[in-house]
Amino acid sequence: MTQALSRTDTYLPDFQALQRTAETGGQTWLREMRDNAWSSFSHLGFPTARRGNEKWKYTSVRAIAYADFSHPQDLDPDTGAGAAELKRIAPWNDDWMNLVFVDGRFSKVLSGGTGNANGARVTSLADAIRSDGELVQEYLGRYASVEDDGFTALNTAFLEDGAFIHVPDGQSTSSVVNLVYVTTGRSQPRVSYPRTLVVAGRNSRTTFVESYIGLCQEPYFTDAVTEIVAQEGSRVEHYRLLMESTQAFHVGHCLVYQAKDSEYESASFSMGAGLGRNEFEVLLDAPGASCSLNGLYLTTGTQHLDNMISIDHAKPHTKSRLLYKGILDGKSRAVFGGTVLVRKDAQKADARQTDKNLLLSDEAEIDSKPSLFIYADDVQCSHGATAGHMDDNTLFYMRSRGLDLEAASRMLIQAFAREIIDTVQLQPLRDYLDKIVLEALPTASIRLGGGS
Amino acid sequence: MAGKDQTNGEPILSVRNLHVNVGDQEILKGINLTVNAGEVHAIMGPNGSGKSTLANVLAGKPEYIVTAGEMVYKGQDLSRMAPELRAREGLFLAFQYPVELPGVRAWQFLKAAVDALRVHQGQEEMSAREFDQMLKEKVALVEIDPDLVRRSVNEGFSGGEKKRNEILQMAVLQPTLALLDETDSGLDIDALRIVANGINQLRNPSNAMVLVTHYQRILDYITPDYVHVLLDGLIVRTGGADLALELEAKGYDWIKETAGAGA
Ligand SMILES: Nc1ncnc2c1ncn2[C@@H]1O[C@H](COP(=O)(O)OP(=O)(O)OP(=O)(O)O)[C@@H](O)[C@H]1O
Ligand SMILES: [Mg+2]
Repeated sequence: MTQALSRTDTYLPDFQALQRTAETGGQTWLREMRDNAWSSFSHLGFPTARRGNEKWKYTSVRAIAYADFSHPQDLDPDTGAGAAELKRIAPWNDDWMNLVFVDGRFSKVLSGGTGNANGARVTSLADAIRSDGELVQEYLGRYASVEDDGFTALNTAFLEDGAFIHVPDGQSTSSVVNLVYVTTGRSQPRVSYPRTLVVAGRNSRTTFVESYIGLCQEPYFTDAVTEIVAQEGSRVEHYRLLMESTQAFHVGHCLVYQAKDSEYESASFSMGAGLGRNEFEVLLDAPGASCSLNGLYLTTGTQHLDNMISIDHAKPHTKSRLLYKGILDGKSRAVFGGTVLVRKDAQKADARQTDKNLLLSDEAEIDSKPSLFIYADDVQCSHGATAGHMDDNTLFYMRSRGLDLEAASRMLIQAFAREIIDTVQLQPLRDYLDKIVLEALPTASIRLGGGS
Repeated sequence: MAGKDQTNGEPILSVRNLHVNVGDQEILKGINLTVNAGEVHAIMGPNGSGKSTLANVLAGKPEYIVTAGEMVYKGQDLSRMAPELRAREGLFLAFQYPVELPGVRAWQFLKAAVDALRVHQGQEEMSAREFDQMLKEKVALVEIDPDLVRRSVNEGFSGGEKKRNEILQMAVLQPTLALLDETDSGLDIDALRIVANGINQLRNPSNAMVLVTHYQRILDYITPDYVHVLLDGLIVRTGGADLALELEAKGYDWIKETAGAGA
């Protein structure tokens, strides 16, 4: 194992307090799950780059490990955030099913929308644990292992609430499920543990949006875990928006299990977090399973953003597509670490991964290290990473048509981003992203490329 | 001179003793060129003689450094104007190698260009509908595939399509001075005729054109008032349309031999 930073004691009082509470803590299996996760966490601690831990090579979480975050039991999720403010900031559509979580807990008051779950079950995880205990128990933590990831272990030790989507066989969520995880300003640095479980039954259809939003300027920490189970022939469309505030730490871990002929499509947009990490792990566990992962990350100031994506082609005739793009400004730093693994018997696997970066400043830095491990011989695989400044000759061409430098560079940056935004199939979400990505794009300090 | 009547209009461009460097290397070594309203000039010359450098320095390409001489356009010193300002003042360069703009829709790009020009002239931006209409007319004028303006600018266009797209941009922007850098290269016979027609339709007594070309054939359609031969950074010979025919027949060697005295 690859650990060192312990500092786990900070979390102990909150953990003990949670285990004492009656509510969901009353379920023995959950209590045991937390206990087990806690012992894992206290053993693992936070990850470091030491001992050749490639997954954390370029991102240090010392600042998280050494902060004193707390997770009190007595916060009222209904009063933390203003509904009006939320609707203005978060992706929101009254036709959707909007579930709002404040500091990790479901807020009935802030949630709403006319969306209908149809035959599906869309509810808070706390509710689901009470009423659908067996189903939840069957899947929760099945793919998000606490054995080798400190952050997942910590999230699981504090498992209490979050979102639960269950789409029975042959059904579909007739409207979009919109999960909004908000952190609000309180005097002491907070940590929250959002947990999302999506179980897509055979031949079912699901579309959900998951966003993480900060409504405060103080430092806080979000330790999120999302588990998606895509059963045979199902199709899951997943949008993930990172819009934490500039002082925030965010570590999100998304695990996707795919059965035969299932389709998983995701688009991940990272606009905010002081230190952000998005980890995706997709297991293509049966023939015909295919996934498409797109991502756009915008970093500026001293932001640090890390995308770590692992795709496991475990079986033959599986397909993956990965396209991530970054726009980096200021002294920001981004990491793209992707691993595509094609196992020995995964013949006819088809994998493509690409990471492209646009550097707007001399001081911004990208570490793009996608890697490919192929153990089968009859496969189609490709990968590539690029990084560059805006091209002088291109800018000259545009200026020679009357556009000034700023208009020209904005147009190029937007065009660069649009390729990813265009993968969003939900029109209202695409419009929303168009707007916020545009606002987030830097206007100044355009650094031009080297001579032609 | 051959070709048209000598009804020279106002001077649009006046280049005097222009010396241009790229890095430490001198590329243009004292160019003199005057272009008046209503005129068409052809510039010919061997590969690497400096034709594109001249066109690019006039359009304001940043890496070209003017070390001596002057470029006066409509009474203004070009070297003090940013490339976008030159464009807004009606100077247009059709690139020898048009640039691909992945993800930038042609429609959006051209609209931004037109609006920049209009705002500069104190007019309002064009409404989307008005622009649409105008673009449609220009697309018909240059006989370009309407699909091309719905795509990203030049992305995946064939060589010929890129050249035709330059002419479309020219038709949309209606420049006072158009510099066409080998727009005729790489065109099939039909495309050449279409591009030449487009150019001819845009000619009028108050604008002017400079065609950089290697081939006489475009000059069959567009009769130049002057033909200049550029050799190693200098205009070594100027004549009428018949000079192009002579070059076509004899090549550049005879000029190179006599150039010493001309320079
Ligand atoms: N940006 C540059 N960097 C270095 N050298 C350059 C640059 N631009 C032009 N040159 C050099 O200047 C000379 C003239 O080039 P230019 O492109 O103007 O020639 P040209 O007459 O247009 O040739 P062609 O007929 O092949 O288009 C060449 O030797 C070329 O290599
Ligand atoms: Mg040239």
